[in-house]
Amino acid sequence: MLQVAREKEQFLSAYEALQRNVLPPEPAWLRETRQRALTRFEDLHFPTTRDEDWKYTSVAPIVETPFQPILDGAPDLPEADAARLTRVRALAPDARGWTQLVIVDGRVAPNLSSLPVRRDGLVVAGLSEAVQTQEAAVESHLARYARYETNAFTAINTALIRDGAVVYVPDGYIVEEPIHVVFIATSREAPTVVHPRTLVITGTGSQAVVIETYVSAQDAHVFSNAVTELVLGDGSVLSHYRLMLEGPSAYHVATTQVHQACDSAYTSYSIAMGARLARNDLNVLLDGEGADCTLNGLYVATGTQHVDHHTSIDHAVPHGTSRQLYKGVLDGRGRAVFNGMIRVRPGAQKSDAHQINRNLLLSEQAIVDTKPQLEILADDVRCTHGAAIGQLDDDMLFYARSRGMGEQTARGLLTYGFAAELIERIAIQTLRERLAQLLMSALRTGWEAKVRP
Amino acid sequence: MLEIRNLHVRVDRQEILKGVDLSVKPGEVHAVMGPNGSGKSTLAQVLAGHPAYTVTEGKVLFEGRNLLEMPPEARAREGVFLAFQYPVEIPGVANAYFLKAGLNEIRAHRGLPELDAIEFLQLLRERMRFVEMDQAMANRPVNEGFSGGEKKRNEILQMAILEPRLAILDETDSGLDIDALRVVANGINTMRHPERAMLLVTHYQRVLNYVTPDYVHVLLGGRIALSGGKGLALELEAKGYDWVKDEGPVPVAAEGGS
Repeated sequence: MLQVAREKEQFLSAYEALQRNVLPPEPAWLRETRQRALTRFEDLHFPTTRDEDWKYTSVAPIVETPFQPILDGAPDLPEADAARLTRVRALAPDARGWTQLVIVDGRVAPNLSSLPVRRDGLVVAGLSEAVQTQEAAVESHLARYARYETNAFTAINTALIRDGAVVYVPDGYIVEEPIHVVFIATSREAPTVVHPRTLVITGTGSQAVVIETYVSAQDAHVFSNAVTELVLGDGSVLSHYRLMLEGPSAYHVATTQVHQACDSAYTSYSIAMGARLARNDLNVLLDGEGADCTLNGLYVATGTQHVDHHTSIDHAVPHGTSRQLYKGVLDGRGRAVFNGMIRVRPGAQKSDAHQINRNLLLSEQAIVDTKPQLEILADDVRCTHGAAIGQLDDDMLFYARSRGMGEQTARGLLTYGFAAELIERIAIQTLRERLAQLLMSALRTGWEAKVRP
Repeated sequence: MLEIRNLHVRVDRQEILKGVDLSVKPGEVHAVMGPNGSGKSTLAQVLAGHPAYTVTEGKVLFEGRNLLEMPPEARAREGVFLAFQYPVEIPGVANAYFLKAGLNEIRAHRGLPELDAIEFLQLLRERMRFVEMDQAMANRPVNEGFSGGEKKRNEILQMAILEPRLAILDETDSGLDIDALRVVANGINTMRHPERAMLLVTHYQRVLNYVTPDYVHVLLGGRIALSGGKGLALELEAKGYDWVKDEGPVPVAAEGGS
């Protein structure tokens, strides 16, 4: 118990410091939410590998590191990070047309952002600002979906809410250009922790594209504990990209909670290529009839990277559709976990769920644990799932080499081909091309590390 | 150009080739015929360097160098090309990209500058017209969803782009309708060149109506059982392979070509 207390101590003292020194006066509802989350956090424990949901992922490296909260304002960017930021912007050469919200070390950086956006009811704003301006939507939705009652990481994120992104799309509004939220972690002397928070609300019949990109300075020893809540109104359409592109010393734990009303359509693109240890939970509640979700996932783990994806689709009402395709590429001593839960509640007839997880192992030391799960309590449903783990096909390799390609080129090409199915689903051309490049370079780095003695 | 001497090859502990001798000079077209299971495809695959085959005895020299020591890509860069009997599908990799990657590594080996995207596209368009392939197929994944005929044309397209010194065509004629066969044969004929040799591995005489070989060899039971000129193919067509067995092995190139 002593150990547990020590693990939490740093977060508890961060809470006190935040309350004492940093936070401006805030509405009562938020203060109460914080306190509730903190109380829960005190009772919860950080998961260990004895917990079924964390069996293959140990968060010991996170809870045993004395991560410091960042209490100052958005700093000026060190030069190296400015360069990194430039590279992030290069993710999307067309980003000039995009709405950019840049968050540095947990605080909105106004000079780097095209903010605030308020037109015809559309709001794109920093969370702390949205709280101050008392956006009604924030009060109605913030912390109402991501369950801090049961998850210590979500609880402490909620207790320490400080800044983040808020997107509110009014009824019937169609946002043409993508909204890009960029989370940047800079390098500091001591290990640091940030608790990014994102809230997206789409009104009835509205449509939007939201991209969350997480990056960090190459040597930033940072723990990002992110929570994203996405609330889709009736018949609304949301495309959501979550790009984890952090540096090799970063830790990332994230929960994305999606709430879908009738006939809404949610498409997720979850791309994980960075961080030393990443855990990405994506929970979708199909809470209105005719709701449809498509979850696309691509993860790459090379070197000693560990990446864990948990998806959970809750078919709560009839006529819901879910589609999942997650693909993983593992090299070196990379390790990946995929756990996909599909739950169909009693009465959720005509639910249609389909889930596939495929993994490509490029080295003998790479490990993947994949576990699809079905829990079906209705009788008139269609649910299929499948998981596969394989290696590069020898015949394909020989074919490519017989055309003059060296072994490394051939392996790279075939690996790209494996991942391309997902990359090609990305509708935004500039983003698709950039991610293809990043994929190739992530794999190359892995191979270079491997051929070195 | 190509010297095969007493080549013995095993796959899964079974000996398939049991002492093949064959000599090919620049500019020559050799047809290697034989019934199913005679070792024709094994010979083709071994020359290209397929790792599933083990050479237990014998030598293969390509322009005086030991071909068997080279990995498949080195053979390709030296100018050996195999048109696959069963071209491999590669999902997610565009045909054009695949070819460009191979061509540029071959060019680098030969000390030539890489072709940029525009130069390559020009070459590709021109060669696709040559094999009467729809330009849209350049952007489709390699061989994925191609019909049998399209796959074979795609092999000829690759040959036309990589411009090998020795082209081995493994049953490229099988399963083609007459139009596709004509396209493939036309590709082969156009590629004939005094500096380039070709090895046509085939089960049927049909393709030899369009491509006239200099030599015809019969592979039987893992050995060249009979060699002759182009007339031999017609004789095989008329009489089948059974009579060859009675003739016994005949020294390579015992009869002159055309």
